[in-house]
Amino acid sequence: MAALEEEFTLSSVVLSAGPEGLLGVEQSDKTDQFLVTDSGRTVILYKVSDQKPLGSWSVKQGQIITCPAVCNFQTGEYVVVHDNKVLRIWNNEDVNLDKVFKATLSAEVYRILSVQGTEPLVLFKEGAVRGLEALLADPQQKIETVISDEEVIKWTKFFIVFRHRVLIFITEKHGNYFAYVQMFNSRILTKYTLLLGQDENSVVESFTASVDRKFISLMSLSSDGCIYETLIPIRPTDPEKNQSLVRSLLLKAVVSDNTQNGVALTALDQDHVAVLGSPLAASKECLSVWNIKFQTLQTSKELSQGTSGQVWYYGEHLFMLHGKSLTVIPYKCEVSSLAGALGKLKHSQDPGTHVVPHFVNWETPQGCGLGFQNSEQSRRILRRRKIEVSLQPEVPPSKQLLSTIMKDSEKHIEVEVRKFLALKQTPDFHTVVGDTVTGLLERCKAEPSFYPRNCLMQLIQTHVLSYSLCPDLMEIALKKKDVQLLQLCLQQFPDIPESVTCACLKIFLSIGDDSLQETDVSMESVFDYSNSVHDEKMEEQTEILQNGFNPEEDKCNNCDQELNKKPQDETKESTSCPVVQKRAALLNAILHSAFSETFLLPHLKDIPAQHITLFLKYLYFLYLKCSENATMTLPGIHPPTLNQIMDWICLLLDANFTVVVMMPEAKRLLINLYKLVKSQITVYSELNKIEVSFRELQKLNQEKNNRGLYSIEVLELF
Amino acid sequence: MGEFKVHRVRFFNYVPSGIRCVAYNNQSNRLAVSRTDGTVEIYNLSANYFQEKFFPGHESRATEALCWAEGQRLFSAGLNGEIMEYDLQALNIKYAMDAFGGPIWSMAASPSGSQLLVGCEDGSVKLFQITPDKIQFERNFDRQKSRILSLSWHPSGTHIAAGSIDYISVFDVKSGSAVHKMIVDRQYMGASKRKCIVWGVAFLSDGTVISVDSAGKVQFWDSATGTLVKSHLIANADVQSIAVADQEDSFVVGTAEGTVFHFQLVPVTSNSNEKQWVRTKPFQHHTHDVRTVAHSPTALISGGTDTHLVIRPLMEKVEVKNYDAALRKITFPHRCLISCSKKRQLLLFQFAHHLELWRLGSTVATGKNGDTLPLSKNADHLLHLKTKGPENIICSCISPCGSWIAYSTVSRFFLYRLNYEHDNISLKRVSKMPAFLRCALQILFSEDSTKLFVASNQGALHIVQLSGGSFKHLHAFQPQSGTVEAMCLLAVSPDGHWLAASGTSAGVHVYDVKQLKLHCTVPAYNFPVTAMAIAPNTNNLVIAHSDQQVFEYSIPDKQYTDWSRTVQKQGFHHLWLQRDTPITHISFHPKRPMHILLHDAYMFCIIDKSLPLPNDKTLLYNPFPPTNESDVVRRRTAHAFKISKIYKPLLFMDLLDERTLVAVERPLDDIIAQLPPPIKKKKFGT
Repeated sequence: MAALEEEFTLSSVVLSAGPEGLLGVEQSDKTDQFLVTDSGRTVILYKVSDQKPLGSWSVKQGQIITCPAVCNFQTGEYVVVHDNKVLRIWNNEDVNLDKVFKATLSAEVYRILSVQGTEPLVLFKEGAVRGLEALLADPQQKIETVISDEEVIKWTKFFIVFRHRVLIFITEKHGNYFAYVQMFNSRILTKYTLLLGQDENSVVESFTASVDRKFISLMSLSSDGCIYETLIPIRPTDPEKNQSLVRSLLLKAVVSDNTQNGVALTALDQDHVAVLGSPLAASKECLSVWNIKFQTLQTSKELSQGTSGQVWYYGEHLFMLHGKSLTVIPYKCEVSSLAGALGKLKHSQDPGTHVVPHFVNWETPQGCGLGFQNSEQSRRILRRRKIEVSLQPEVPPSKQLLSTIMKDSEKHIEVEVRKFLALKQTPDFHTVVGDTVTGLLERCKAEPSFYPRNCLMQLIQTHVLSYSLCPDLMEIALKKKDVQLLQLCLQQFPDIPESVTCACLKIFLSIGDDSLQETDVSMESVFDYSNSVHDEKMEEQTEILQNGFNPEEDKCNNCDQELNKKPQDETKESTSCPVVQKRAALLNAILHSAFSETFLLPHLKDIPAQHITLFLKYLYFLYLKCSENATMTLPGIHPPTLNQIMDWICLLLDANFTVVVMMPEAKRLLINLYKLVKSQITVYSELNKIEVSFRELQKLNQEKNNRGLYSIEVLELF
Repeated sequence: MGEFKVHRVRFFNYVPSGIRCVAYNNQSNRLAVSRTDGTVEIYNLSANYFQEKFFPGHESRATEALCWAEGQRLFSAGLNGEIMEYDLQALNIKYAMDAFGGPIWSMAASPSGSQLLVGCEDGSVKLFQITPDKIQFERNFDRQKSRILSLSWHPSGTHIAAGSIDYISVFDVKSGSAVHKMIVDRQYMGASKRKCIVWGVAFLSDGTVISVDSAGKVQFWDSATGTLVKSHLIANADVQSIAVADQEDSFVVGTAEGTVFHFQLVPVTSNSNEKQWVRTKPFQHHTHDVRTVAHSPTALISGGTDTHLVIRPLMEKVEVKNYDAALRKITFPHRCLISCSKKRQLLLFQFAHHLELWRLGSTVATGKNGDTLPLSKNADHLLHLKTKGPENIICSCISPCGSWIAYSTVSRFFLYRLNYEHDNISLKRVSKMPAFLRCALQILFSEDSTKLFVASNQGALHIVQLSGGSFKHLHAFQPQSGTVEAMCLLAVSPDGHWLAASGTSAGVHVYDVKQLKLHCTVPAYNFPVTAMAIAPNTNNLVIAHSDQQVFEYSIPDKQYTDWSRTVQKQGFHHLWLQRDTPITHISFHPKRPMHILLHDAYMFCIIDKSLPLPNDKTLLYNPFPPTNESDVVRRRTAHAFKISKIYKPLLFMDLLDERTLVAVERPLDDIIAQLPPPIKKKKFGT
């Protein structure tokens, strides 16, 4: 995603820029340092990150620089041409340009072109090209004329393609444009005529070019505000013949067709171009970044003080003259996605500011609140520490991970996260996991298509996350109906609010069986009830006869009989699980989660009645399974406990009783539950009876131990 | 080692009185405990929680409030409407003063200690000035509608909070007028029209008033505005007591369900300065109402109807794991309530208001270790001697021959002559006891029952000659000039030559009874004496202290014996030093001069001085009798301490003859069975 960042001015010193603006901005041999040549007499070396000049050199009064200064990357010297013919070469230590090496050439120089890895080339106004070394060996050598009279060089660029140097320059003569491509390995100069197509009377304002494997893609911005592309083959088929090239429309109306100032175009990378100019006739000038693949505007920045219609792009910086001062706008292009390219999205997070983790890492004392009087001192120490940290050459893996999250693809992030988790022993492990999740979630929110599910799952399983640490996580999972992730969250997070638990429950109950089949939920808590064999199965007693309790007297007798009329139904109901296994697993996760009754009840009221009945049926089924077993537990690794089941039955009934009681299909269930409660009361009253009986027995036992109030015993001490 | 027939006696139907008040004195690290029968006991927390002093109770004097003031002066107030001050040296009541406000329900000493505040039945709060030798009524505060059940001073002494029925009043001390009246909610688990009794209040220095009430609530009030700040419902029954730590960072409340809750002022989040009161720990060491609590710097102290005094150390405040780090439950008094006539095999039991005389049974059968022998004659209850008047018995004794019984209350001394004619007993009171004998703290008969030794509360020791049915006062050893310390323990040598007497703090004095002069004084030791006895023949005085040290001092030589020096050099076994009840009785075997018999509430021990002392690596308690081990092994592992833990809680143990022991046990279950039933809590749901 291409983005322009906050601009900054390189120097408050007003450059003596003429009406044409600057002569040029060129790279020096050190990254971050650039040579700026103004249209008068001065060359300034700027360090961009410090936003200040490192050196400044001027030619004598009366002389004028005609060609922007460049750096000879092989020697580290700077080269400039003044008064069209005088070549000067100097380096950082030199102070006065008058005293440095000077060579007067026999012909006028158009540009000196220098790229990394090779010697600079000198392009003369007549179209001839010389290497700098060769030229310096004999400065007065004769320079041939290549282009015809009245043909003027408009633009030039020097590439290295497969270690071959390629020079391209565009000339104009009477509204016709010609492109010359000079191959240095074969010393072939090929001339092409650029055909402007139907719109013959438009003027080409600006050129830029990028190289592909076989072609130079020459882009041009015409006065009609459109960008055209011309593909020039690097290896000409027939160098002798004069060939014509047709340009094709790339982008329409990127700038208005009657701009007062000049417009400029520069290619940023394969897919992006930066255009300087006013998008509408009336509006102010803008720097816009366009994606030429999708023909979309990526970002734009208004330059209210006007520009010189020039833009340079090196590394990650766009240079332009904004008002009177040289302005740098950092440009970044992160991995682009379709979604991002579809429209201009807001760049929410400033990568310059580091996200503060949302929780305190208990293992590394942060020392806040320790002695307020020392804060000044500690701040100083912190600053020093910060410097020390910045001096460390290695970037900590956690930082790398975070930057990966911001930019890279899901696959790549997953690999990085896995790598990080494999390390695990880092002291700031908790912090990094927290940061990572926060970063991922923020990106999820920003890019709707981005959902690094596997990463999130892995991070949840580190056991260091909690709901309060990343509340967005469950929100997103709920939105995506990702039941597997929700189940994992319910199992791992200790602090899920009741509203979210209830939202999960709603999804678990409402999600379709077919979509459940596709998911891969953990089935740990579910036991295959259908083919289970119980060792301790209690014999089902039809009638229990006990002292003090006679079920015959029961008021529920009628309903008992009613139920007995359809015994088949009952047996079927009690033996088969009312929900599919995967849903059962999900519901068990809900049963296991912690809750507070008062907060849960209002949310339970929102669940539709048929889902309530389904859940109740499932709970009742679990209860029956429980009571089949002598230990009153369910089989399986991590089954819901009887208390959990009972609590949820009570809760559901409390919340929805009026609704459920009206439903005819729930009637049988309610009757069953009523019987269940009755049997529970019986059990407890029996337990109380047993307690009393045991106490009596204990008393008897004590009396036996007491052996009366008086006895004579034999004691032998050893 | 020896085989004994043990008369195992469980018919001593002793039930301690419930604890009503506790008051902790930070300055001397002592704890005053008052019981429902009016008894006040002083525990020295620095001396292994030894009960070093006690003031006998009185039927009409139910103490409702107890407090320390002016440093170490102890006051109590009760339902008879009197304020009393106790003399901690002479162990008597200095004076009692009627407050003229009806029964007194509450009392509080001002933070400076110079003023005393009492809350009365008629709704008045009365301020008393404490003068050096008395208290003086100063004025009344505004009369309230109903009784004042609780009082608390603001630490600055400018305001007080008074808990009444249904409301709490805040008074300005200067003007004596009520500044605020805070109405307590009557709600009790839903709807109830019962009155809400404010059982306790505590005034904190930040102006917060904490109240506990009969609806089970602990509430925080802002005394400046008179508003309720926070309410904790902690019990289904009354919350009856509250005590705040001096630092005001924690307090403790006791409920009628027997639970004690600890509240602490903890930061809301770490690193934050904002703090709030949080209920941190519940303790259930009581079965019945916790009537009173106290908060020492390192422990929570609670007591109630179930008669236990529980001292629960706060582990975060205890720095080293030592004696103080253990939970203490004190149930039985640290003095002997039982005396025994060896010749006639009689036991005299002392109760609060009566004495019981029992004759032990007998058997002709023999058996091996652990056997219960068939009785040929059961124990007989011979005598039930009720005291006259409302005062509790302080001490009692039966002579070794069984023909004399003596006991004393605060105001009178009683001596009875017993005549045995076959199975009939006739009792004859010896009349006209001299006035100086009243209020004896300890009574002892000589071995031949011809002399009676009485320690009076004035510090004097009286020797009385008994002959036939009459008595003759022989001599009185007056305390050294300037001291009025009462003697609490007496021991006489079997030959009747020496008398040893010990007070609460000074050393043990040994008197020559023949020449009627002070023989010597055993060097003073840091810890109070819990029991002492003089051995026959050798006349060695064996002294047990509350830190579980045992010394043997030769009276004729006026120095510690070699054995005692060896013991001190080597030190006692660590388990011996860790026992938590004091040794209450020491006796000797008539035929085995090397043996010392002693016991505390949970063990009985015979120390054989001829055997090597155990070091910390050897097993102190050997619960199982050796079975297959050879004599060599047995001899090698044998050590001086032969301990039996069969009988517990053991209140008394003595040697009747060479082969017979008597052990008086008082099982806790029997005590609990006689208490009122606790609040019933269901164990299962429904």
